[in-house]
Amino acid sequence: MDITRLIIVAVGGQGNLLASKVLGEAALLSGVPVRMSEIHGMAQRGGVVESAIVFGNAESTIISNGEADLLVSFEPSETLRALNRCNKKSVVITNLSPLPPFTVTIGRGTYPDLAEAQRLIREKTARLIAFDAVKLATLAGSVMAVNMVLLGALAQTRIIPLSTENIQTAIQTRTKKSFVDINLKAFQLGLEAAEKGS
Amino acid sequence: MHKLLTNEPGAKMLLLGNESIARGAIEAGVSFTSTYPGTPSSEISLNFFQISKESDLYFEYSTNEKVALEVAAAAANSGVRSMCIMKHVGMNVAADTLMTLAYVGTKAGLVILTADDPFMFSSQNEQDNRYYGKLSGLTILEPSSVSEAKEMTATAFAISEELQEPVILRTTTRINHSTAVVELGEIKERKTKGDFRKDPFNYVTVPAVSRKLHEKLLNNIRKAEALSGLSPFNFIKGSGNLGIICNGVSYNYVQDAVADLHLTDQVKILRIGFSHPMPEKTIKAFLKDCRKVLVVEEGEPYMEESVKAFAQEAGLTMPIAGKSDALFSRLFEYDPAMVRKNIAAYFDIPYLSAQPVDTSDIPEIPQRPPNLCAGCSHRATFYAIKQAAKGMETIYPNDIGCYTLGFLPPLSMGDFLICMGSSAGTACGFSQVTDKKVIALIGDSTFFHSGIPGLINAVFNNHDYTLVILDNRTTAMTGHQPNPGVDMDELNFEGYNQVSIEKLVTAMGVGHVSVIRPYNLKKSISAIKEAIEYKGVSVIIAKEKCTLYAKSLKQLKDKAFYVTDKCKNHRDCINELACPAFFIQDEKVKINPSLCVGCAVCAQVCPENAILPLKK
Repeated sequence: MDITRLIIVAVGGQGNLLASKVLGEAALLSGVPVRMSEIHGMAQRGGVVESAIVFGNAESTIISNGEADLLVSFEPSETLRALNRCNKKSVVITNLSPLPPFTVTIGRGTYPDLAEAQRLIREKTARLIAFDAVKLATLAGSVMAVNMVLLGALAQTRIIPLSTENIQTAIQTRTKKSFVDINLKAFQLGLEAAEKGS
Repeated sequence: MHKLLTNEPGAKMLLLGNESIARGAIEAGVSFTSTYPGTPSSEISLNFFQISKESDLYFEYSTNEKVALEVAAAAANSGVRSMCIMKHVGMNVAADTLMTLAYVGTKAGLVILTADDPFMFSSQNEQDNRYYGKLSGLTILEPSSVSEAKEMTATAFAISEELQEPVILRTTTRINHSTAVVELGEIKERKTKGDFRKDPFNYVTVPAVSRKLHEKLLNNIRKAEALSGLSPFNFIKGSGNLGIICNGVSYNYVQDAVADLHLTDQVKILRIGFSHPMPEKTIKAFLKDCRKVLVVEEGEPYMEESVKAFAQEAGLTMPIAGKSDALFSRLFEYDPAMVRKNIAAYFDIPYLSAQPVDTSDIPEIPQRPPNLCAGCSHRATFYAIKQAAKGMETIYPNDIGCYTLGFLPPLSMGDFLICMGSSAGTACGFSQVTDKKVIALIGDSTFFHSGIPGLINAVFNNHDYTLVILDNRTTAMTGHQPNPGVDMDELNFEGYNQVSIEKLVTAMGVGHVSVIRPYNLKKSISAIKEAIEYKGVSVIIAKEKCTLYAKSLKQLKDKAFYVTDKCKNHRDCINELACPAFFIQDEKVKINPSLCVGCAVCAQVCPENAILPLKK
């Protein structure tokens, strides 16, 4: 089976570990070989959280620079930081709602210009899907559902070997009962946003 | 029911490496488990802790790794299958026990897990604990994948019983924190009660006994060598006259590289999973038909040294390489592309690497370093210490925990750090040879772990320093594990006692002991002033619950503050506290109410009294 390599980056607390878990469960459900790794030591203290997910017949659980087929980012400046994981054939999905690091919020650093960032990513990769995932998550009922919005956009690309139905089933069975409806709605909004955009 | 107790042999489950290891132990009928928490091993013990609350599995958070190993060694020598879990540097703490426990051996299976951390994602060094196998003479097993981790853990108990010696299971972060699908096996029944049979001439390590026991250990190493030679964990894959010897996660990268480079009919791979003792005959036989050999292992050239020695003994002269400036480094962790590149280079295989996008024209991205949380009481304590010590020349030996982050500006509280407990010890030396005021910083759990001997030393030898115990009522950094100072009743856990740090340090003979509530800055500053003026050893206990922990216990006041119009933009709040709840908007200081926990420390720092609680 062909290998698909996906990197997810986020800021601690944005819920990317749950997003990875949903994809892992959906892969188990689909009988697709999956291996993932994550670094989450100091995440709760405001650092960057990165997950690597490898679908198909590979043994490695991590992804080298330039070798991600897909980059999903929960935060626009982190998209730029992780861009060296991509090559010119990679597809990038990013939330456009910034979560500026503390140095920026107190005026000691400059946050990259979002329009310029998108132009650069478009120029360097095969496709960019960029939208405000926080807005859609809020629309779905909770700002916490940003992860599900982005999973929806990811499903729309059809690059990972998982069906939309299996990801939805994993959301139903692996996320908190009280959040399932919101999560499914968020997933759907993300899917539609990716269809419309870029 | 805990998911790792699922009794459905053959069922498939998506598991974290650490869950897979815990499940392997459960399947092997482990009955007694102990640990001191440490990343990347922590989730193994967290699962044991949870399982112990709903089954007859015994689990304890011990005060440090040495104690944890002693506790487990006694249980295992009483006939109960036991496991002891620690991070790699924890093995140094347990090493005194380990070295002679290898002489004494074990009756029931005893597995010691050490989780190494190449690249130091959350550690102070990247030591390669395979050398503990050589040093102690004990067997080392190293899994390459999440599912193999389960299998090896279970087998480790059997090997331990066969050799009557503890077995070391050595993982790296990318095993502990990887996730994959694992097939469940049968769960063996737990035998939770044992009996200790007296046998002092084999158990009491006086010199006359130990001379005999060392001989026994050497015999056991020979038996282990035979097991290593027959072990299915040491296997050969593929054929060809180019040889690769690898272990752990490197095996994954090697397999992917060999497939990517279309070398499957030219390269044979020897995967070493039983790495101490090294399988001498297997390696010699493997080398014989190789034209060239590459050793791929993260960390130190542990296997490479043995392989080269075996080749010399066998009179083999083919090139054997591994660590060198041109090939693999001893630094950090490996990745698939690096391994592919080095295999291609060493075996002269043409290869085009993937081209990462050019990032030279990407604007500079602001860093996102980890920071003390909004409202963290450590920040308040650090600020109070700085105020109390204003104008003094100071040295701040720091220790291991969240508060280590205090070394970053603007707090800049942390001048020297080696390992767990080192603040209390190093402070003695600094205070003796310098004329500066030494103020050492240590967390509650770290104090119990290994700060106590340093403090007793300071009292006995009459050193002059202040030890600030940052008592946030939990072991925060590794995920809020209990420690001896924690109120377990509050967590609804029965059967524990609580140790009072205040009574403890007073009983040690510390001349000046005071307890502060760091959110009250004025009182804290004056108490700290008194303590640092005291000649001799003084202790400040800064007592306030970790905000994340308080939040999880639903104890946060949840009363956010805001900046009123009285603000004159001195920005002392931002420049001196750097609490992440602050932000600047239109040149004005603001507080993010969803991050603010209402600690009110900034309100006390503001020279205009411009920060007030939000009215609900």
